[in-house]
Amino acid sequence: MVDFWIILTGALVAGSCGFIGCFLILRRVAMLGDAISHAILPGIVIAFLISGDRGTLPMLIGAIVFGLICTVLIQSLRQTGVQVDAAISVTFTTLFAIGIILVTLFTRQVDLDLDCVLFGEIAYVPWDTITLFGTDLGPKAVWGIGAAFLFCLIMVTLFYKQLKITSFDPAMAAAIGIPVAAIHYLLMGMISVTTVASFESVGAILVVAMLIVPGATAYLLTDRLSVMLGLATLVGVVSSILGYYLAVLLDANIAGCMTIIAGLLFVMAFLFSPKHGILTRKWIQRRVKASLQS
Amino acid sequence: MKNSESPVSIRNLSVAYHRKPVLREIDYDAPEGELIGIIGPNGAGKSTLIKAVLGLLPRASGDVYIYGKSYREQRHLVGYVPQRESVDWDFPTHALDVVLMGRYGKLGWFKRPGAKDREFAMSCLQKVGMEAFAMRQISQLSGGQQQRVFLARALAQDAHIYFMDEPFVGVDAATEKAIIQVLTELKDKGKTVLVVHHDLQTVQEYFDSVLLLNMRLIASGSTKEAFTTENLQKTYGGRLTILPDSQELLLTR
Repeated sequence: MVDFWIILTGALVAGSCGFIGCFLILRRVAMLGDAISHAILPGIVIAFLISGDRGTLPMLIGAIVFGLICTVLIQSLRQTGVQVDAAISVTFTTLFAIGIILVTLFTRQVDLDLDCVLFGEIAYVPWDTITLFGTDLGPKAVWGIGAAFLFCLIMVTLFYKQLKITSFDPAMAAAIGIPVAAIHYLLMGMISVTTVASFESVGAILVVAMLIVPGATAYLLTDRLSVMLGLATLVGVVSSILGYYLAVLLDANIAGCMTIIAGLLFVMAFLFSPKHGILTRKWIQRRVKASLQS
Repeated sequence: MKNSESPVSIRNLSVAYHRKPVLREIDYDAPEGELIGIIGPNGAGKSTLIKAVLGLLPRASGDVYIYGKSYREQRHLVGYVPQRESVDWDFPTHALDVVLMGRYGKLGWFKRPGAKDREFAMSCLQKVGMEAFAMRQISQLSGGQQQRVFLARALAQDAHIYFMDEPFVGVDAATEKAIIQVLTELKDKGKTVLVVHHDLQTVQEYFDSVLLLNMRLIASGSTKEAFTTENLQKTYGGRLTILPDSQELLLTR
């Protein structure tokens, strides 16, 4: 059962991060995932300090608020002429630093371990369970990330059209009256929700990998947005399952192993993707050459 | 002041990027049912003019009316073809899907494009001669084909007024012909089309009237009256050389 819960948590984390991360890749703002996953730290700490416990809701609200603060800051820096990458880096490192200072200042009040924030601890997930009316409903993390995934799934289904057109052609989208900025913030809100729900299991650093790697892999494998979303989720799930057994085999950090598998899957897609893989292309070229010569 | 008959009327429009004015005090009324060329040198503010009309850029001053009402109210009457380079052609989608985006404005918030929209989009692809490429990934289209897909998307918007930003740039002769044919059809249906255009050689052939722009409105009116050597010299300054005998226009840098 322990295995199952850990794999399920990992699959939900990687699946939902991969799913929502596709849009970051298509908008060429992969760095924003990095930014948000770090920038929400002060939000989480402040939520702890105010609410006094590790309740999910205050944490979620804190994270979303700081995720949006981060995107708004980046946007306004950009508008005043700062380079995009500089704006992103300055904003999120500053917010993350504030978060770290808050953690170290209030270590007594905040039951939050810096290691846990950075690397997460998916191995402890099965023991932190929810009980309702005396029945054990399973790990809290599964419910948290499951709810986040469901939320993202509903939002993307409802606003698929808007997300697609604002990612492809924001000028046209604005011209036909789609609120481009609002859709952007909705996406950033979803990233924040997913990130905070994944946080405890895989930590701030690996969340970034989960946001980007499955989507980047799926991007190499298909030419359809809807298929890309599904594939990214699948890559996440596969990374979780294989990563867990790799971790058992090596007796190593589970989240780290899951990320390594995701990375390996990306390399495989990069080399062997039917349309974009570099080895596939070489192979096709050789075949064409051979058929021309014969 | 405002002219409720004109498809597009612009009053005292100024636009600035970072306090540097790009367009100053533009006043213009577009004649209905004509192909209108927006002509001017690089950096004259041609694209800026279109974007300001469509509300994509903040206006420093002035007003824009579409058939006498604000753009916001009349959005459904307006179709837009952005510059081809403005989007990422590696986006995972196919040509028909891009054309379907032209229907989004009519669908409202939650409706998905249905069978009728697909049919309509397909007929738009047909008009630009691209129906055979409907399911082709957009990165696998040539520049001219991509431009035609963009044009088909604008047709799918089923608008009354069209704004096109440099549709003829970097396209092959067949595409240029296809585009001009579509533009003529639009005109025959009484639609008004404003086109940002670079190639001075083809202006007289393609456009009924012109708008000569270089930060300010230099001249506007029917091509015959406004597209004169004198006005062109005012628009392009010293960068324009006119060969007197051949009546050909040459641009020198």
